[in-house]
Amino acid sequence: MSKFKQSEKRTVPQPPSGSLSDIVFMLLFFFMVTTTMRETESKVQLRLPEASEIAKLERKDLTSYINIGTPTRNLQSQFGTDSRIQLNDSFKTVDEIRDFIAAERDAMSEADRSFMTVALKVDENTRMGIVTDVKQELRKCSALKIMYTARKPADK
Amino acid sequence: MGKKTPEINSSSTADMAFLLLCFFMMTTTMDQDKGLQRRLPPMPDPNQKAQDQKVNRRNIIVVKINSADRLLAGTEPMHVSLLKDKIKEFLSNPYNDPNLPEKEEKEIEGFGTYAVSKGVISLQNDRGTSYQAYIAVQNELVKAVNELRDEFAIANFGKLYLKCNEDEQKIVREAIPQNISEAEPKDVSKK
Repeated sequence: MSKFKQSEKRTVPQPPSGSLSDIVFMLLFFFMVTTTMRETESKVQLRLPEASEIAKLERKDLTSYINIGTPTRNLQSQFGTDSRIQLNDSFKTVDEIRDFIAAERDAMSEADRSFMTVALKVDENTRMGIVTDVKQELRKCSALKIMYTARKPADK
Repeated sequence: MGKKTPEINSSSTADMAFLLLCFFMMTTTMDQDKGLQRRLPPMPDPNQKAQDQKVNRRNIIVVKINSADRLLAGTEPMHVSLLKDKIKEFLSNPYNDPNLPEKEEKEIEGFGTYAVSKGVISLQNDRGTSYQAYIAVQNELVKAVNELRDEFAIANFGKLYLKCNEDEQKIVREAIPQNISEAEPKDVSKK
């Protein structure tokens, strides 16, 4: 008799779940610290060119982005399919880069201004004409540190 | 004895934390921007007269890309895949060819003297060049310089350039400078 009773009682004990929330909170804090909210939405179609000799961008907070490419599908009826320059959240002309750079400079601390980098995110099918215009404008504003954003080749 | 306060049911904190966690995992961008770094030349001062930069003919190689993405390196048309070797030969000038750039004995701090090449690569493009071709050429130029730096680092420090410490990297950078000039825009297609 006693043998049968013993087997009835044998159930697997519930694992303690009290520390589960602690573990999840730890993960949560990790992601909260590392996350950087996407500030601007890309309004142009961007397919970056491939390059193997690329280096990492050192200071993300000292970087200003200039996107160049054709407007995305849903904006094409409004802005056409020609390559355009996007600064912050809207399409701008080449002349407005000056104000953009000045505003970005003002937002930085005095010591960091000389380290400012302008990252050019340009679609690979863009013609160099517009890129050259942007580069000339950047030279006029003496924002000389630039980076051609590229991606690593797929096969590797 | 006071009344026992009931324990707060904490089994759902994990769920709440999971919700927040999912939100941050979705919005986070781990990818770092990567690319080719360049320094643009400063704008020439309009008040100053344009100085004739006396650069010897042999010290310059002109790389041109036309609107059909064809490449001209020096005097001969070339495919992008062959450009790297051409540039490497140009910059290192192993047999002291009089048509290739001259070298200058330079005192490098912490290393001694080294014959530094005076070669400059001048990159010119047309307004109609595609960005893809332009970056491909830029990449080849950087690759040529990087390979020379690696060779120098292995010969002198016994390891790759990227594995060297900061002082050694500085020496390598001084011995093999990256002189790529992105010229004033010109219409290459003009006849």
